[in-house]
Amino acid sequence: MIDTETKELQAKEKMEAKAPAEPTMPGRVFTPAVDIFETDKEITLLADMPGVKAADLNIDLRDDTLTLTGAVAPFEGPQEEDILIEYEIGTYSRQFSLSEVIDQGKIDAQLTDGVLRLSLPKVEKATPRKITVKAG
Amino acid sequence: MIFRRINYPIYNLRNTFEELERMRNDMTRLFDQATGKSYPATTAGVFPLVNLTEDKDNYFVRAELPGLKAEELNIAVTGNNLTISGERKIPSEGDNVRYHRREREAGSFSRIIALPGDVEVDNVDAGLVDGVLTVNIPKAEVAKPKQIAIKQN
Repeated sequence: MIDTETKELQAKEKMEAKAPAEPTMPGRVFTPAVDIFETDKEITLLADMPGVKAADLNIDLRDDTLTLTGAVAPFEGPQEEDILIEYEIGTYSRQFSLSEVIDQGKIDAQLTDGVLRLSLPKVEKATPRKITVKAG
Repeated sequence: MIFRRINYPIYNLRNTFEELERMRNDMTRLFDQATGKSYPATTAGVFPLVNLTEDKDNYFVRAELPGLKAEELNIAVTGNNLTISGERKIPSEGDNVRYHRREREAGSFSRIIALPGDVEVDNVDAGLVDGVLTVNIPKAEVAKPKQIAIKQN
């Protein structure tokens, strides 16, 4: 079913993440909103991380756990004073455990307009190899 | 952090339940703040959430709009009101995909922000970097703080 009618976006406060360990640096940690979908070949993850620069984004995959971390630099100049603050900034952080085996060498990440697009290609099914036993 | 509360939305009291709902939300927010669960900020509850700051010469309005292109955004200034509107589109990924999670939302939005002082409508400057919109609105001469020299006899 395709939803052609455009709905109105609702204001949502950012979700504060519950970090598994307490961070040493002060500051808030937020959970980015993600879309995850898979095709036969790969799993794609899209994450909204506004304000994160490509250099400040860390993507880590080990032991089937994917960790995304992105730091956001403070937006305010030194002379600025707050009048109305509706959203806070902080580090985006989220972890996923992947059920599929990922081909680590072919992972591709792109950050455009604050949206991360991460392609995680699945490992091609291992072709059965016949092992010949030498007599000797 | 101290912030002045401006343009707090005036609620349209269409019916009593709406008003009760608002009171309930206010109470929840109060409790959440007291227990440190929520943000200190009060929001107008309209997308996009904005941060409004000022320096001597300018007002700055910032909003997080990930995935939006500059041409999908409309920004207008009328008098002291800044209007931000647009539509966030999330392109289809094809029919052969199976979604595990779908948390990002698409849709249209429109918001008017009342600026606290007079502004120079002609020199408004807007930039969209990494999904963060920054609108730089110069204050009108009358709204700028003036240093007053004290005469000494």
